[in-house]
Amino acid sequence: MTLINYDFQKELISNGKREDGRGLNDYRDFSAEVGIIDNGNGSARVKFGNTEVIAGVKFSVGTPYPDSPDEGMFMVSMDLNPLSSPDYEPGPPKPAAIEISRVVDRAIRESKTLDFKDLSIVEGEAAWMCSIDIYPINADGNLYDAAVIAAYLALKDAKFPELDENNKPLHETRTKKGLKLHNIPMMVSFAKIGDSLIVDPTRREEKIMEDRIHIGTIDNGNICAMQKGGLKPLTNDELLEAVDTAIAKGKDLRKLLKKV
Amino acid sequence: MAGKSSEPMMVKGKRLDGRKTNEMRPMKLKVGVVPLAEGSAEFSMGKTKVIAAVYGPKEVHPRHMMIPDKALIRVKYDMLPFSTTDRIRPGPNRRSKEISKVMSSALEAAVYTEKYPATVIDIFVQITNANAGTRTAAINAASAALAHAGIEMRDLVCSVASGKADGTVMLDLFQPEDNFGEADLPVAIMPKSMGITLIQMDGDLTKKEFAESMKLVNEAMPVLYDLQKKALINGEASFEGGKIK
Amino acid sequence: MTEKLNVKDKELVVPGQVLAEGMSYIPSGKAIRDGEDVTATVMGRVSVKGHVVKVQPLNGGYSPRRNDMVIGQVTELAKFGWRIEIGQPNQADLPLRDASTSFIEQGSMRKYFTEGDYIFAGITDVGKYIRLSTKTRPHRKLGTGNIIEVNPSNVPRIIGRQGSMIKTIKDASGCNVVVGQNGYVWIQGEDLDKVLLVQKAIEMIDQDAQESGLTEKVEKMLKGGKK
Repeated sequence: MTLINYDFQKELISNGKREDGRGLNDYRDFSAEVGIIDNGNGSARVKFGNTEVIAGVKFSVGTPYPDSPDEGMFMVSMDLNPLSSPDYEPGPPKPAAIEISRVVDRAIRESKTLDFKDLSIVEGEAAWMCSIDIYPINADGNLYDAAVIAAYLALKDAKFPELDENNKPLHETRTKKGLKLHNIPMMVSFAKIGDSLIVDPTRREEKIMEDRIHIGTIDNGNICAMQKGGLKPLTNDELLEAVDTAIAKGKDLRKLLKKV
Repeated sequence: MAGKSSEPMMVKGKRLDGRKTNEMRPMKLKVGVVPLAEGSAEFSMGKTKVIAAVYGPKEVHPRHMMIPDKALIRVKYDMLPFSTTDRIRPGPNRRSKEISKVMSSALEAAVYTEKYPATVIDIFVQITNANAGTRTAAINAASAALAHAGIEMRDLVCSVASGKADGTVMLDLFQPEDNFGEADLPVAIMPKSMGITLIQMDGDLTKKEFAESMKLVNEAMPVLYDLQKKALINGEASFEGGKIK
Repeated sequence: MTEKLNVKDKELVVPGQVLAEGMSYIPSGKAIRDGEDVTATVMGRVSVKGHVVKVQPLNGGYSPRRNDMVIGQVTELAKFGWRIEIGQPNQADLPLRDASTSFIEQGSMRKYFTEGDYIFAGITDVGKYIRLSTKTRPHRKLGTGNIIEVNPSNVPRIIGRQGSMIKTIKDASGCNVVVGQNGYVWIQGEDLDKVLLVQKAIEMIDQDAQESGLTEKVEKMLKGGKK
């Protein structure tokens, strides 16, 4: 049960104000740590205000797909685990968890930050499988943006394990070799409340939003992923404005990442 | 208990990580890491790391699980896929279900469940990094999270394992000792009454070794208790070099 | 038999902690007698008055008491009346006959309260079911305003001695504030900035409930915060 007065929140936002004092286009304070999971090949913990997520990279070796014999495999999974919010129930991943997994996966994949050819070991025979698992610790809204950043930072932190003569990974070992990343994918999420779009919504704001839009961008300002959720239609102008904001905010967030 | 290692586990009276046989790994405990939960804690014991969150007491769903005269204590122990050396599949398995079950009994013993009739108290535990002793670490985190949630309790619950590696009885095994050791004995205790609320054992111990193992666990209780108490009062606490800070 | 007090006034304690030994000490609040000891059952703060040792919980839900005034949210319309969420595991009931001094027909229930409405109500029974009444007190239905949650054990600090704190807040901000014993607080005002400022002030009291000089701090916050 969350106490929210819908009318009041709506009135606030239509007056350009938010409960926590932010402007409609302001993010909460950001902080991040990397290399926090000893058994992960790469890991990161990311915070936006009270929202916190943890991401870990694991490498394994598999057979490349027949249609891309010189490329490795890549997979992002995210679960909305009940530890992180009273809104989530135990059990197999629900549609909302599958949606966020897939959207985060697309944002990273389509940003082309990873060249999957870099994951090849022996063409047609062996390639790295790079799995990223993301879990919220405290799901206080806007998990999408936090998840993309956590996934990116965990990839950046990742180091390959050594391989034995049969190309089997020696999981206890760690080489100095990491992944070459070509881009910083950045997701900017909006909630539509009344006639306004706000960025980085909190859990309370997400409870009253009528619509949401997630926009992923890359370094050069191009769009790499997009997802709309919710029941209200968006107008063309709203979308164009959101894209402008997403590009600008993406730029700001990339600057913050440089300090991690 | 995977078999003998080629390396000795004890060198000149010291363990591979330099500890004495009765010494615990450095520990850290912080409460309030999941602000959306009623209570929460993050605990580390060497490289074993865990987060616990408590939700409730609240209405029971599904309704048929409701107990009219007391609270249902439900534990869900989970290992995150990247917490182990080989990635593990997300979701429950036989091991995690068993641990969840023994943990709920270990913790329920300390809770005044009769004060919360017809409700459920959910305890979610996530191992973020596994390096032996995950269930004992999970119990310490969960106990702190329960107290942090303001749940009425008889006592805190403290937990640590002892065991045998290389023929030597020792406290708080870490990964190599757990992998190549001869016995593992996780124990949970309510320190005030010294009542044992969890005990499991696998491996091979003589009666004398068992008594010795239990002695090590019992002697570790004051430190585990003081760490939990200090973390609850100050928000966080740590144990290193024989001292609680 | 030894008589011994193990804690000081205002000390923080953990569940199971022995606060005093001996039958002359009397447990209160979340302290209980355990054999000859007085022990805490929750994490909380001790207050010692003579031989009475009391523990006030730092966290934890609301335990309803008869005659408490609480804020609740209507979750469901039922045959008997309304189901109300008041921040504790089992919902409370507001029977039709206790909602108003005049007779309410089943068919016109929604004219009084509907799902999502916030109400200010008194607790009339805490037996098997928690019963509420909105008969006797004013402002039964709370209109547009913000609603926040504080630790129920800090409610006395937010209200202040004989309502002094709440009066300070109201006077300095011009906002209307209703505090439920269950820790739900409703804030209403014309000026949205003031409402947010009052919210901040109340959250500050909730955070620093044990500190002294809160009234001055709150006054400063509300007067200085002109935007």
